[in-house]
Amino acid sequence: MLSFTKIKVLSIYLILILTIFFASLNLKNNNLLDKKVNLGLDLQGGSYILLEIDTKPLVNQKLQSKVITLKKFLIKNEINFKDFIIAQDNISITISEDKQDKLKNLFFKQQDNTVNNFIPEYNKFELDLKFDQNKAFIKFSNFGLVSLNNSALKQSIEIIRRRIDDVGTKEPTILQRGDKRILVELPGIDDPERIKELLGKTAQLTFRLVAKDNSFGSEKLILTENNEELMVSKRIVISGDNLVDAQPQFDSQSNQPIVLFTLDRVGAKKFGRITTENVGRRLAIVLDNSVISAPNIREAITGGTGTISGGFSFQESTDLALLLRSGALPAPINIIEERTVGPDLGKDSIDAGVFSLIIGFILVILFMFIKYKIFGLVSNISLIANLFMMIGILTILEATLTLPGIAGIILTVGMAVDSNVLIYERIREELKTEKSIIHAFDTGYNKAKITVIDANVTTLIAAAILFIFGSGPVKGFAVTLGIGILTTLFSAYFIARHLTSVIVLNDKEGKYFKL
Amino acid sequence: MINKINFSKFFNIANIFSFLAVIISVLFLFFKGLNYGVDFKGGTLLEIRIDNKNILIQDIRGSLNMPELGDVNVKQFGEEGDFLIKFEKNANENKKFITDLKNSISKKISSAVNFRRVETVGPKVSSELLKQGVTAIALALGAMLFYIWIRFEWQFSLGAIVALIHDVVITLGIFSILSFEVNLSIVAAVLTIVGYSMNDTVVIFDRIRENLLKYSKLKTNEITDISVNETLSRTVITSLTTLLALFSIFILGGEILKGFSFAMILGVIIGTYSSIYVASPVLNYFKVTQKTLLKDDDL
Repeated sequence: MLSFTKIKVLSIYLILILTIFFASLNLKNNNLLDKKVNLGLDLQGGSYILLEIDTKPLVNQKLQSKVITLKKFLIKNEINFKDFIIAQDNISITISEDKQDKLKNLFFKQQDNTVNNFIPEYNKFELDLKFDQNKAFIKFSNFGLVSLNNSALKQSIEIIRRRIDDVGTKEPTILQRGDKRILVELPGIDDPERIKELLGKTAQLTFRLVAKDNSFGSEKLILTENNEELMVSKRIVISGDNLVDAQPQFDSQSNQPIVLFTLDRVGAKKFGRITTENVGRRLAIVLDNSVISAPNIREAITGGTGTISGGFSFQESTDLALLLRSGALPAPINIIEERTVGPDLGKDSIDAGVFSLIIGFILVILFMFIKYKIFGLVSNISLIANLFMMIGILTILEATLTLPGIAGIILTVGMAVDSNVLIYERIREELKTEKSIIHAFDTGYNKAKITVIDANVTTLIAAAILFIFGSGPVKGFAVTLGIGILTTLFSAYFIARHLTSVIVLNDKEGKYFKL
Repeated sequence: MINKINFSKFFNIANIFSFLAVIISVLFLFFKGLNYGVDFKGGTLLEIRIDNKNILIQDIRGSLNMPELGDVNVKQFGEEGDFLIKFEKNANENKKFITDLKNSISKKISSAVNFRRVETVGPKVSSELLKQGVTAIALALGAMLFYIWIRFEWQFSLGAIVALIHDVVITLGIFSILSFEVNLSIVAAVLTIVGYSMNDTVVIFDRIRENLLKYSKLKTNEITDISVNETLSRTVITSLTTLLALFSIFILGGEILKGFSFAMILGVIIGTYSSIYVASPVLNYFKVTQKTLLKDDDL
């Protein structure tokens, strides 16, 4: 175990130097390579926000949108129906039993099906049809729901990305998590409240006329500016989909912040027609079920641009413009988990973490030196090498270092000496019976090998499970712990063993063997 | 052999002691339960720093006298003027909630308040996290069991797992007795304890196996005694260096790592003890001898 070929020695130290090189990339002002250890949100400050999309209203909304085509479809195919009822997640229709087969055949026809879309991806239809006596029930099939969910999630991620980019945060991370969740990580932001507000708003904008009386087809909404109750028609004149741009501005007369919007061609035409026909009436501008303003239509607006004024602050008008530009979320989104760390706490954590690392390191080094003298020194050199290699590998992987991650490094320092202790204690035992010193070292290393591997594999298993199940900062701990075990094995069995062999082979008089 | 200690003489006493400790822990876990943090219970955690250092903890409590928050818990956290606030309400139900709360506290105690950390976990996520934590620990125990079973005989595997469960239960029991908060980092600590304790046990087991093959005439308890003695200095040294590192985190690593390092310190001590006094007696109990090893090798 003590013999090393030249090529082996060369490669050991080459690997060491390489990892030290990578570790050095973390120093300030390096222009060599753009690689470094990333600091976790708990160390650099920032927000971790987990969002969940709520597709229930979307399912209902999609069913509603099927109503007209479905009715047309039934009439066209001469299928008599009555009791057309839209529930939360299904539509029920009364149809005589002799027409049911006809409906079934038409409903599951692949080509030119206006009602039930075929999803080629899954080779399945979007809707399911079931009969119960003279009742027909139409609801989304499981594949239809999955497809609806997936497209809503993709679209939401896109819109969230647009909103965050528009705010201008640095290096945001936006990821899909599972099939209903979106993870947003925002390093170094100082006002997560504003972002949260922007993320959570569906921003469904509609222009609707204020109803003349409490007539059918209108609903009671609140005007946010002064809590006035308004009866607003359910008929949508134009919606946010027709918007091509929105910008915050100041009104030239009142100097109040307003939002200037531009409509697309279709929207402009419609808007022009409605405003021409309804001069004198009030037009409600509705955002997510509350009226932000309800001005009187003074004259026809045909230019395709308009303004929204609602007693905004400048920040509010900026945010509203941003929301309108990025578009509406297809379904409501809820924040289900949030973790925000202020930058000063992050800095304090780094300081405390690094300080305790240094102290822990010094204590262990002193202990080992006192206990094992020159071989303690060897162990300490390999411990320092170990530390550099850990940082080097973290850099190569561009891993994220978290506060528990720093704890993992310190713990590794404490546990890393274990391999050397195991070996030295073994050698000490061998020296009692073995005459040849070189031989004692050799068998010591050999016999301890199995134990060292066994002992480290168990910790590695724990680290692997933590990595799989842990989230955020805890994952960082698993990463450093796992890497630490590998570098520990390397430094104990290559670096420390080589240094030991150099000492043992050169020390013919046996001066240092007092382990 | 120098410093030979007759460990097996104390096996019976130690086993009674361990048994009682486990029973007490289980009773506490069952009747008192664990003090779950927001990670597992849901709710909101705030770490605040107040400019005016004369503000007392009662003042903060008073400023939080709002029924909608639910159960409120305030404690000093590290330096003077730093407090940790926990309440049941999920702050994300209302997007402006945190800003409003900040202004309200600041007004009531008439001092600037800095929110250094905000953690809000919804009920769905917290129950998932708890499930994940329990699964992770169970899986780790299973994986260890499997590894030892492959590397050694089943008696060893049983001994190791009994020791691990002993460590985990007592560590959590102490957390229950002291009402210390259990959060995600405690789960990480428990998993590391499992790894560490296993590590310790494996070293002793390795030696027992080696000695079983070396001395065919000795009884099991004599073999365990010799093996524990032979590995004793290693056990002590490694525990010491690990504890040095852990105490350094505990004392200097900041408030956030306190619970984590405390759990680890407990675990290292209990794990070291259990490798000698829980795992090894199991081998005695099953009268593991050279034959046990040789028989299995034939299979």
